[in-house]
Amino acid sequence: MLQAVVLLAAPAFGGVLPDDRADVFYHRYEGGGITIQGPEVLVRKKIGDSLSVSASYYEDLISSASIDVKLSASPYHEKRKQKTAGFDYLHGKTTYSAGIINSKEKDYQSNTTYYSVSQDMFGDLTTVSMSFKRGWDRVFADIKDATTGQIINQPSFGGFDKDGNPIAYRIADHRGYSLGLSQILTRSLIADFNYEVLTDEGYLQSPYRKIRYLSPGQGKGFTLADQVYPSTRTSNAVSVDLKYYMPWRAALDGQYRFFSDTWGIIANTFQLTYTQPAWKHWIFDGTMRYYTQTAADFYSDLFPRADYQNFMARDRELAAFNSYLVGVGASYEFNVPRMPWINKSSLNLRFDHLLIDYSDFRNALLTDSAAGITAGNEPLYKLNANIIQAFFSIWF
Amino acid sequence: MRLIKLLLALAVAYGVSGCSPIQPWVKPYEREHFADPIMSLSRDPISSAYMDHVLESREGARGATGGVGGGCGCN
Amino acid sequence: MIRPRSKRSGFKGLAAATLVAVLSLPLLGAVAGKPAPQFNLPSKDGKTVSLAQYKGQVVMINFWASWCHPCRDEMPLLENIYKQYNKLGFVLLGVNVEPDSKAADGFLTALKSPVTFPVLYDRDSKVSQEFSVASMPSTVIVDRKGNVRMLHLGYKPGDEQEYMNSIRQLVRE
Repeated sequence: MLQAVVLLAAPAFGGVLPDDRADVFYHRYEGGGITIQGPEVLVRKKIGDSLSVSASYYEDLISSASIDVKLSASPYHEKRKQKTAGFDYLHGKTTYSAGIINSKEKDYQSNTTYYSVSQDMFGDLTTVSMSFKRGWDRVFADIKDATTGQIINQPSFGGFDKDGNPIAYRIADHRGYSLGLSQILTRSLIADFNYEVLTDEGYLQSPYRKIRYLSPGQGKGFTLADQVYPSTRTSNAVSVDLKYYMPWRAALDGQYRFFSDTWGIIANTFQLTYTQPAWKHWIFDGTMRYYTQTAADFYSDLFPRADYQNFMARDRELAAFNSYLVGVGASYEFNVPRMPWINKSSLNLRFDHLLIDYSDFRNALLTDSAAGITAGNEPLYKLNANIIQAFFSIWF
Repeated sequence: MRLIKLLLALAVAYGVSGCSPIQPWVKPYEREHFADPIMSLSRDPISSAYMDHVLESREGARGATGGVGGGCGCN
Repeated sequence: MIRPRSKRSGFKGLAAATLVAVLSLPLLGAVAGKPAPQFNLPSKDGKTVSLAQYKGQVVMINFWASWCHPCRDEMPLLENIYKQYNKLGFVLLGVNVEPDSKAADGFLTALKSPVTFPVLYDRDSKVSQEFSVASMPSTVIVDRKGNVRMLHLGYKPGDEQEYMNSIRQLVRE
């Protein structure tokens, strides 16, 4: 008899799957002559006790007259669609996750798969996770068709196969390995450590952007030419995130990340977020972020001459710069009347302002020798952007 | 290589933990603060993923943005 | 001021925990088949309740907190179980683990049908510690002789069937 009852004591012990949730999201980025906006829908649902599946659809609608587009008068793509599907499977204290991300633009296609394992241990004070992802990209180059005037993929951008047929794309492969450790340190403090290695191989540059080199006496004193990137890149990033619960019910989160890669970029990121609930239904938060990076070894705003070195880039993502972000968010939580299957819902609004202050990327549109602004002496470029997010979430 | 070593070390650490009764020093009944959604490492995954994307496509650095774990472990 | 309440906190706690692990000291707590740890706790209606006073009855002890979702979910079901088996020599004790009972009282007041079983306050976590509460919620069933006979960690819908099966067997003993 005792045996029988004791057998009933099999512990229902283990990790926790994410809550069932649906989000409808609108995003808008506006700055530097670019507007990118669009919707996203994300749904996550448990099936039984140990499986949770999720799927999302995301769209970017782009209208671009950025400094890069203006300088090289290149065509641009106007829409990106991204679909994701994934699952989390919980077995005891271990969660296995896998998924696929598919992204499509007229001139860029990418597929990524990811796998991860996370494990709760030491009485659930510690979560260790490992993940691996692999991506396959196809890069196309848009051109304006001479006869129809339409924007098409350049048919032989990737060269020709052995039968002499044109290949319209070039290939870029990506791999990522990451390790995560989150640790409850005290009743009010949690730490999250992450380490990620990413490697890329293939065509890693934009087909549209150009370098410029000095050409005294010709045109504006500089000439545009194609960029030449290395075909491999490996980067390492390590981060720590400390989150602290304030005694008056608020949270303070501090993050730091160190980054370096084989292209010579070293970057440091600092971020502070304060979260304050108020008036029962509201949660407000404020974020400040500072980011700084050194330039890639083969970056120059203005090369001294054509074919100056084997690798040459003028993508401003590879320049040296400081980036500042200030953001505020508000979330209003409420119950949807007459819908008892919805446990909780919230309306959220977020606004962020981003300023990127380049140290060695000049505004090459402002070259004007008559006014004394010669090539290489233009004012440094600054990017100001406003980012808006509005979304509605339900937990069911 | 370094990664493999790290993974091995973790596996060993886990194996050891499997047979040693290390007691959590923040007990399950003391995790009130971690049950509060404001202490979640990613309260709105859809929003943090979007911001990561916005910044990653304009900056040279990438990766290690993380964010699993936490919570009160109530089950 | 912002120091956690627990005396064993942070790295000091880790050191202590490691020491326990290294010395392989026997762990205290509620062990199936062994006598249940004894306790005295203040109850919601102002009395002091001890486990000893229910000797001869089947006692279900449920450790819960207002911040724990599964605990809140099972509260109305516990009330049903209590009502159903109370006459057969069964009692349910709801031990709230929160240092400050305000949120717990608020939750109980807001319930559609209030709980009628005794709710006890373990404000200094002493009893939770003695029972080695390893998950939230945790449920222990003690038989008529005072021995622990069922330990259940966590709660998911359907677990109440397990509670009732155990109770049905134990009230017949």
